[in-house]
Amino acid sequence: MNAKLKIRKVLSGAQAAAEAMRQIDPDVVAVYPITPQTPIAMQFAEFVNEKKVHTEMIRVESEHSAMSACVGSAAAGARTMTATSSNGLALMTEVVYIASSTRLPIVMNLADRALSGPINIHGDHSDAMLVRDASWIMLASENAQDVYENTIMAVRIAEHKDVLLPVMILQDGFITSHSAETMYLFEDETVKDFIGEYNPKYSLLRTEQPITIGPLDLFDYYFEHKRQQIEAMENAKRVIKEVFDQFSKLTGKTYNYFEGYKTDDAEFIIVTMNSSVGTAKFVADEFRKKGVKAGVVKIRVFRPFMDEEIVKLLKDAKVVAVLDRAASFGSNGGPIFHDVRSAFYESEKKPKMLNYIYGLGGRELSVEMLKKVYSDMVKVNEGIKVEQIQCLGVRD
Amino acid sequence: MEDKKGWKEIPIGGVIEKSGNALNYKTGGWRTFRPVINSDKCIGCMLCYLYCPDSSILLKKDDKFKFKAYEVDLDHCKGCGICASVCPVKAIEMKRETEFKDDKSSGHN
Repeated sequence: MNAKLKIRKVLSGAQAAAEAMRQIDPDVVAVYPITPQTPIAMQFAEFVNEKKVHTEMIRVESEHSAMSACVGSAAAGARTMTATSSNGLALMTEVVYIASSTRLPIVMNLADRALSGPINIHGDHSDAMLVRDASWIMLASENAQDVYENTIMAVRIAEHKDVLLPVMILQDGFITSHSAETMYLFEDETVKDFIGEYNPKYSLLRTEQPITIGPLDLFDYYFEHKRQQIEAMENAKRVIKEVFDQFSKLTGKTYNYFEGYKTDDAEFIIVTMNSSVGTAKFVADEFRKKGVKAGVVKIRVFRPFMDEEIVKLLKDAKVVAVLDRAASFGSNGGPIFHDVRSAFYESEKKPKMLNYIYGLGGRELSVEMLKKVYSDMVKVNEGIKVEQIQCLGVRD
Repeated sequence: MEDKKGWKEIPIGGVIEKSGNALNYKTGGWRTFRPVINSDKCIGCMLCYLYCPDSSILLKKDDKFKFKAYEVDLDHCKGCGICASVCPVKAIEMKRETEFKDDKSSGHN
């Protein structure tokens, strides 16, 4: 590991998020417990209790209140963080939109969990997909190390003057949030230096400059404010890369919107995000041993979605399989499939594309299942018909 | 709409950078009923003035009662009728806006 990432620890994804939060030392954290996010809040509450942070931790009565308190605190100019899962995110969705449209750089960890119903506590991406159009930047994490690093980078991205949008860090509930793995942390000072001081553009507490935040905004200006949000997301594309490049200097690793694994010469590529990336890499290696040119594209930045970048990585492949851990009921395929396929609309050269809905409600994604996916891609290349959109690992 | 500012010219997030701006936002056009004050009946108790949620009751000095309600700020009065309701001497009457459709100063812009 790089010299700066030198503290070796065994942590779960939830603990990794809490460690990042401790080192960021935000002014305010307002959070309500929900499985599988709870260990983030619990671990952070311990840091508050042990006075390892100066954070004002607000215990609220619901997620709607959690995000509302975050909006208030961020409007006051405080560096603000929270965390949630599933139905908690659903409950706070109204305010999730208000946070982004009020341009408040809140950072939230999301331990992805299936939305009810039927009620389920395990990991899938239906919660994240609920808010994919909410104008939050969304960073996906393959493992605890990614959770830690994405959380630190999120602060810089959110608070950049050309962005000023909230950032959500995704990790798979239980699979990542509750699995302990070896990872590496920075010294506290390294994180402090990287994120720097937060100087808010506006603050409700700046009494010498009274302002109004969140006023009524009708047909005469609402549209202009939405146009600004579109621009902020455009700016985020540039800023995210800048932050990635600066962060690279600390870790010695490279970061990108989409990170290719053995994609340079790959003919068959799986596109996926969060914990399934690790399984896909393992299966790609197995197929490489058999002489099949298999590769994986890991989505690190889901929103904004960089069309040209994904096209760059996939255009020379013969067949691409997009994995979605969420259904988009009533449309053709899952949400990530929509994005990837749409990115290719203007391209002359495009691979054949398959879509697999997998892992709903925390259903395990096995090596065997991904072997089937690569085998399907090989079949398609040989002209054998394979159903384009299918559910992976569901019983008939 | 063309006279309004473009998205590059306005503060982000709907922030209003100056205070006291409610005065610039004219809400008189929302009104269905208009309060009409009969100053001769007014006893200067100022209940209408105190209760009006839009500070739209205008007072004038009076020799006998110190102050009297004499007019309504039609640019901001939304016609809620609270003033008429609280008036102990029924000096304020709510009339349909349609009765004033030729009145250019009605606040209906």
